[in-house]
Amino acid sequence: MTKTITLKVNGTEHTVEVEPRTLLVHLIRENISMTGTHIGCDTSSCGACTILINGKSAKSCTILAVQADGKEIATVEGLATAEGLHPIQEGFHLNHALHCGFCTPGMMMRAVEMLEKNPNPTEEEIRWGISGNLCRCTGYNNIVKAIQWTSAKMQGKELPSTEPEFV
Amino acid sequence: MIAENFKYAAPSSLQEAYELLHEYGDDAKILAGGHSLVPMMKLRFASPTHLVDINNIPGLAYITEEDGYLKIGAMTREHELEESSIITNKYHVFTDASKLIADPQVRNFGTIGGNIAHGDAANDHPAVMLALKAEVQISGQDGDRMVSINDFFHGFYMTAVQHGEILTEIRIPVPRNKFGSAYHKEERKVGDYATAGVAVAIEIDDNGVCTNAGIGLTNVNPLPMKVERSEAVLIGSRLTTEDIATAAKYAAEDCSPSEDLRGDEDYKRHLVKVITKRMLNKAIQRAKS
Repeated sequence: MTKTITLKVNGTEHTVEVEPRTLLVHLIRENISMTGTHIGCDTSSCGACTILINGKSAKSCTILAVQADGKEIATVEGLATAEGLHPIQEGFHLNHALHCGFCTPGMMMRAVEMLEKNPNPTEEEIRWGISGNLCRCTGYNNIVKAIQWTSAKMQGKELPSTEPEFV
Repeated sequence: MIAENFKYAAPSSLQEAYELLHEYGDDAKILAGGHSLVPMMKLRFASPTHLVDINNIPGLAYITEEDGYLKIGAMTREHELEESSIITNKYHVFTDASKLIADPQVRNFGTIGGNIAHGDAANDHPAVMLALKAEVQISGQDGDRMVSINDFFHGFYMTAVQHGEILTEIRIPVPRNKFGSAYHKEERKVGDYATAGVAVAIEIDDNGVCTNAGIGLTNVNPLPMKVERSEAVLIGSRLTTEDIATAAKYAAEDCSPSEDLRGDEDYKRHLVKVITKRMLNKAIQRAKS
């Protein structure tokens, strides 16, 4: 038995018919055809499927699509605007915060909520903040730098150097 | 991974939820935060025929101090506990625990009621509740009833919540004396279940005598465990180094950990001893400051 649900994804309303067991990540990727949200572990461990539900970061592989009925969803596709990249995308780009890029959409969506709640996090707060997102390439340092850079940018502060550090 | 088929309902009142639970019978499950249930359904360890989603029922998420109790609504999310000033000013055990439960995204949705009602000795809140001597409000068509946390856990995934009932509130007696509490679990990585975890709550009077002590253990016993022998040593004690060491020793002796990938029995008992001691010292320090 299917259920009809209505939700907003990046500002656009969608009415979709889903089985109750459909996961939100599948609804987003398959019904709405937005494949920026990735499926990594499929066990709510890796965070690649992180999106925002009414502004709160969530692992969309562990939420049923029917639970998103009436909610506002934000995915990585909604970050950039006609004016250009979102500061977090710019931060990741300039700070080389991705190699393969698989974790990046989830990492950025998580960072967006973190900076919304705490515009000026310490390095430790950033590392705790992204503790639910796994990256197998970067070693996290450049991701932390990217979030610090974005934090400065969003507050209009002096921007930290984006030069790579060679140790 | 996709769960087996089920029927889904999202009632907007408790009354409606009770009716649905009655109508659907034993194979219905309550969906709160969903971060324990949905993974189990995806793995097909659980295949309920019906899900009753209680997220649309208003009035189940709150944190207040009234009538001598800290009252927490069952649908209060972990992140709300992390951010509540009542909690962060006084009930540090929650702040310690919340930080170690899963990860930020899961804490945005996971609820305190679900963490307890899941009935898993590996979850963190059961030990915290035991240490704080909580009472749990269970509600159903016949009204509300209060159950002491000591009588709440019946077995693996089995609790005092009967068919057709919903856990609605947690009550913790507001401490009368100087109060300190702390929680720590050893985990292999973020989001892991505890190798061993210990929750501690103590009250100290003006003469430095301990008037109330609670110790709860995570994942080192088939059921969430309260360590009565350790509590008895501490109550009436001046919390000397010897008494703390004895309490820690009893906790390690009385629990019943099983060997798994996280460690063998001896290692887990050792962890319980070390963490109990550290958490007692931390709670004492917090009570005195």
